[in-house]
Amino acid sequence: MPETPLLLDRADLDRMIGILSERGYQVVGPTVREQEHIISYGDVGSTDDFPVGLTDEQEAATYRLVDRGDGRLFGYAVGATSPMSYLQPSDAVVWAGRRTGKGFETVEPPDPPRYAFVGVRPCELAAIAIEDEVFLGTGSQCPTYATLRQKAFLVSVDCTEPGGTCFCASMGTGPGATSGYDIALIEVLDDEGHAFIARAGTEEGAAVLAELGAAPAGEERAAAASQAVEEAAGKMGRSLDTEGLRDTLAASLSDPIWDELAATCLTCANCTMVCPTCFCAAVENRTNLDATEAERVRRWDSCFNFEFSYIHGGSLRPSASARYRQWMTHKLSSWVDQFGMYGCVGCGRCITWCPVGIDITANAAAVRARMEEAAHV
Amino acid sequence: MQAVTELPTINPMAPVPHEVVGKRRETYDTMTLELAAPEPFESRPGQFNMLYPFGIGECAISISGDPSRTDRIVHTIRDVGAVTHALHALDIGDHVGVRGPFGTPWPMEAAEGKDLVIVAGGIGLAPVRPAIYEALNHRDRYEQFVLLYGARSPEDLVYLDEIKEWRSRFDAHVDVSVDSAPSGYRGSVGVVTRLIPSADFDPEHAVAFVIGPEIMMRFSVTELRALGMPRDQIYISMERNMQCAVGFCGHCQFGNTFVCRDGAVFCYDDIHSYLPIKEV
Ligand SMILES: Cc1cc2nc3c(=O)[nH]c(=O)nc-3n(C[C@H](O)[C@H](O)[C@H](O)COP(=O)(O)OP(=O)(O)OC[C@H]3O[C@@H](n4cnc5c(N)ncnc54)[C@H](O)[C@@H]3O)c2cc1C
Ligand code: SF4
Ligand code: SF4
Repeated sequence: MPETPLLLDRADLDRMIGILSERGYQVVGPTVREQEHIISYGDVGSTDDFPVGLTDEQEAATYRLVDRGDGRLFGYAVGATSPMSYLQPSDAVVWAGRRTGKGFETVEPPDPPRYAFVGVRPCELAAIAIEDEVFLGTGSQCPTYATLRQKAFLVSVDCTEPGGTCFCASMGTGPGATSGYDIALIEVLDDEGHAFIARAGTEEGAAVLAELGAAPAGEERAAAASQAVEEAAGKMGRSLDTEGLRDTLAASLSDPIWDELAATCLTCANCTMVCPTCFCAAVENRTNLDATEAERVRRWDSCFNFEFSYIHGGSLRPSASARYRQWMTHKLSSWVDQFGMYGCVGCGRCITWCPVGIDITANAAAVRARMEEAAHV
Repeated sequence: MQAVTELPTINPMAPVPHEVVGKRRETYDTMTLELAAPEPFESRPGQFNMLYPFGIGECAISISGDPSRTDRIVHTIRDVGAVTHALHALDIGDHVGVRGPFGTPWPMEAAEGKDLVIVAGGIGLAPVRPAIYEALNHRDRYEQFVLLYGARSPEDLVYLDEIKEWRSRFDAHVDVSVDSAPSGYRGSVGVVTRLIPSADFDPEHAVAFVIGPEIMMRFSVTELRALGMPRDQIYISMERNMQCAVGFCGHCQFGNTFVCRDGAVFCYDDIHSYLPIKEV
């Protein structure tokens, strides 16, 4: 792909949204959900739908939108939802059938929508790459996911102002996008005004940019924008030391520290619902009233639910501590064995949205300290 | 997006209808279903299918038939809840959805040239029956053949006719025990693990397949280890909540494994460190 950065302004972005919907995409991006006053993915018809001039203050168990006093469209860290709500939606129909006499037959699914995501964060691109491994990797492949994924168009926006719970720099997933996008943007607001530096990552991305007829960005301006993204790496509110973490956690399973770490956990499952990589789901079989038509759906589930590990006779993880341990060791240890990567991209959502502020970075550090201590006695 | 160029051609979540052609009651709560395979059904001992009575729900059931018969799929099912109850209610001629086979097999090759010891508890005899068929079909591949089978009570014993047949073979050592029995019961009474020390095999030169409730497997392994059987010669079959069987639903995780694809049959050496940990 030609790496010449192009220059867009807000009007160009509006035209891009138009071009994408003309190409048959349902355009989705960060929007403000008025009722809850949060940033969340939703339908986007123009740049007015983005969180214009807003930023998010995020801390453990804290989320607040505040005015920035400028016209940035992407001047926040990360919203409550991720593209996973579209690519791996809860209630995805993975099979449907209809009764025929004593048997049944498969009903072909309708064509799924084609989504164009505008405003995807680099950590979210990384989360999509993780989901690709889960649903399309070495094991079985999920056609429901594959179809949605294949048709998706991704416009990312690099981070220049990370939030208080962010730690993507530790996980190597941000703050800049390195792959997985059709178009990558950096938003700039400088002496010359409000603009976007754009790079194409795919042929289709290049075609969309060509249709916009954008001019090349000045070298200096493009370099300054990249510089701002690099500097963002040093401004994250959290960090997580991943050195040897897989082994450290794998060795910690029977340590009583898990009781301490999960002492305040409500097993509310919030952390798993906001996480862009958590893929666990219940497979549910439903029928219409006279049981002639049936659907098999995959509904988001959580390892924090009591019934999650149920087998005849009872739940295998009745305690909150076992469920918290399952979640955290899956993210940061067994995921590596299963998929060759960590299951965490450092978006910080689980810290922000945990009602009691349980912090995966602090707890990883605590387990590390405990295991090092244990090794010295 | 270029990352996904080719779409998968099979949907691993799609059940395929199979006709019920045989039904046989084993005990008061257990029956064996025989399904006609529309195409030759290849499976290996220890693998399982996902069975779907249309519209009701789906559950994991091991294949309990002879793997050399690819025209029939045999399942032995204990009625414990909604789905298994619906499976029991199927009549000859009804159709049931099947996905599979899934999971790892009992490693028959590992036992070749050695003694094969099978310890089964309760309904656990069903998932290991294909291995018994396979071993007895190729009896010369193994040294001693030992089957130790236990159930809660005489009413819970499955496959009684076959057990009688296996017992009558002079080249098989078959022992059955029940945890408790009414007075006058002529068989042996006590937990199945008690049969292990007196069975005729060379622990260092044997491979063991152990299946049953988790607690029974723990005690069996303890007995086998006490006799000097190395960890990597013991295989056990784990049960976990299982909803998709292809690693998408996450429910069956046991440590860093997915029981649906890394198991259900595991080498004890690979998972022994998880077993003593509470609530893994
Ligand atoms: C690999 C494997 C092989 C098995 N082989 C056999 C066999 O050969 N014969 C046999 O009788 N049983 C076997 N089982 C157990 C069988 O799958 C369960 O008894 C069955 O799922 C119970 O479903 P139910 O709705 O009838 O029971 P209920 O106890 O009513 O189930 C209630 C709920 O619990 C859930 N549930 C209970 N147990 C399980 C489970 N193991 N996995 C997922 N969900 C569960 C179900 O989702 C259900 O909604 C096997 C299980 C596994 C994992
Ligand atoms: S575990 Fe937490 S920080 Fe990591 S990806 Fe999930 S929500 Fe984000
Ligand atoms: S860690 Fe926090 S968000 Fe997750 S289940 Fe526990 S209380 Fe809920």
